[in-house]
Amino acid sequence: MPSLEAVNLTKNYGKFVALSNLSLKIEGSKCVGFLGPNGAGKTTTLKLFTDMIRPSQGKALINGISVHENKRLALEHCGSLIESPEIYPSFTPKEALSMIAEIRGVPHDVREKRIEEAIAEVKMEDWKDKKVGKFSKGMKQRINIASSLLSEPDILLLDEPTTGLDPRGMSEVRDIVKSLKKRNRLIFMSSHLLPEVSDVCDEVAMIDHGKLLVYDTLSNVTTKFSGDGNSSIVEIGLARALDDSFPIGSISSITGVVSVDKMDSRNLRIKFSGGLEKQETLLSDLAAMKIGMISFRASGSALEDTYLNLIKDTL
Amino acid sequence: MTQQTQTSLEGNILPTSIAQVGIIARYEILNYFRSRRFFILLAITLLISGLLTFAIAYEGDSIAGSPPQALPFYATYWGFASNLIVVFCAVFFGGDAISGEFQNKTGYFLVGNPIRRSSIYVGKWIAALTASLIMMGVFTVICLGNGFYWIGTSIPTQFVEAISFTLIYLVAALGFTFFFSSLFKSSSFSILVTVVLLLFGFSLIDTVVTNLIHVEPWFTLSYGSGIISNVFTIPYPQHITTVSFGGGGRGPTLTEYIPTIPEGLIIMVIYFALTAILGLLLFERKEFN
Ligand SMILES: Nc1ncnc2c1ncn2[C@@H]1O[C@H](COP(=O)(O)OP(=O)(O)OP(=O)(O)O)[C@@H](O)[C@H]1O
Ligand SMILES: [Mg+2]
Repeated sequence: MPSLEAVNLTKNYGKFVALSNLSLKIEGSKCVGFLGPNGAGKTTTLKLFTDMIRPSQGKALINGISVHENKRLALEHCGSLIESPEIYPSFTPKEALSMIAEIRGVPHDVREKRIEEAIAEVKMEDWKDKKVGKFSKGMKQRINIASSLLSEPDILLLDEPTTGLDPRGMSEVRDIVKSLKKRNRLIFMSSHLLPEVSDVCDEVAMIDHGKLLVYDTLSNVTTKFSGDGNSSIVEIGLARALDDSFPIGSISSITGVVSVDKMDSRNLRIKFSGGLEKQETLLSDLAAMKIGMISFRASGSALEDTYLNLIKDTL
Repeated sequence: MTQQTQTSLEGNILPTSIAQVGIIARYEILNYFRSRRFFILLAITLLISGLLTFAIAYEGDSIAGSPPQALPFYATYWGFASNLIVVFCAVFFGGDAISGEFQNKTGYFLVGNPIRRSSIYVGKWIAALTASLIMMGVFTVICLGNGFYWIGTSIPTQFVEAISFTLIYLVAALGFTFFFSSLFKSSSFSILVTVVLLLFGFSLIDTVVTNLIHVEPWFTLSYGSGIISNVFTIPYPQHITTVSFGGGGRGPTLTEYIPTIPEGLIIMVIYFALTAILGLLLFERKEFN
């Protein structure tokens, strides 16, 4: 069974603690989303798992093998895509991928086929013999994804794999990840796209300021941390920017409303209890107030609520 | 290096570290053959060879004597430009070999794979050596062509020795530039430092140390590589020559140091060994962040 384990994993940059005592064990074939604000330590963690940086303390284990002590063995069954690497501009995707295939020991007789498959998977067939130097960012990212899939590894470490991709590309990558899950792979994927994570991941790990906040199944995490079980959230959009004359107080005093938070100058989050019935009367109450409400929607997702509850402030 | 070969679930068989060195070297050479840098250096080598061919054709008498003699011919031709070509190769192919991987983020494409950093380093080094040997080959062939045309096919043993010493110098210089490329993360900076040191820095240190401190500059690479041109002098020049001015030896003296052949070889080999080890250690410890 594929496994990833961080044992007291710590990374300091001088006095700054980028990752603090991370202990986390992920096992089995599933997709685990890795969430956290900018600078939380996600990339740092993934780099420690690929020996791109050295731990200050602790260990990163892949299938029980320490990455730093035995990189070749540990990474043999692990593909990764971290921080959009560049490919030699003079290489074609086919050449770049055959270099990786050779290094990873993809057998000669299936090498060509695997390369073609990986290129097809990221829909780059028309570009396979063109020089990478002239590719757009998203095209390069597709080749990087192909290179991480090439050796058909048991474990995949992906750092924001859909960055730079067009909407169709993003959805294609999500499909790739889903299909990998079916083939008994373990995928550990950082992302800022919460709908993406709720779509493809079975579990989530959340990290902030280098510390692990929670690691559990998606459903456990969301029931535990989104709202308080009996309250819900709606977001309303306003036609005009909020100013001092805006009657936030009167909204708060509507029965059932628990809290009103400003999301930005034109959007409010309203937390209320009372379920769908209350949501219906809340809508008509707000409409009656003539506060310039132009939209009223149930909050994005349970995962987003969880995230916003757990992570109060960024940076 | 560990030699384990294992079959994985995916049917892959991870090559040995040594085999991976070969793979890296092959793809690096492919990359060189497509780089502008390789062709610029080829053009420089051809230009230098062309100028020398031209000079020999028009000033042959004053260079090689009349009738032309093999030894002065090869001494001038080889002694004049081989050092320059070695320095160019070392800087062009080694000066940013490692730092460029960081600066252009191309290193990130490889490091996350099951390959030792040392395999990447050594593979790249071998590729750089191969590319440099092609340049040296071109230069040598044109040199010999001139020699055969003007003098005939007799090749003095000194020339063979000089070629061998030049190759050792090339190996040491490439080790040296790789070390600096591993030390810095900016490619232009590591290129600049190696160019300055190899082209003037070391010779400047030689001069200063010899004339002001009156010590043999056994610690510079350029001093060691002096055996390449000195080997053409017959008999081989004295190790230490002291010239005194006036007053029965009590006046000011000027000392000149010439490395003996074993000494020159040792200096170059030690330069290679030390910079290779240090460069490898630096790269092993370097963080991709
Ligand atoms: N080389 C470095 N030197 C000093 N600090 C660093 C270095 N690399 C990363 N850091 C710090 O470590 C922290 C974690 O960075 P990391 O890249 O892991 O964040 P992240 O969770 O991936 O963020 P993002 O979502 O923006 O990608 C940041 O505060 C960053 O400033
Ligand atoms: Mg990151």
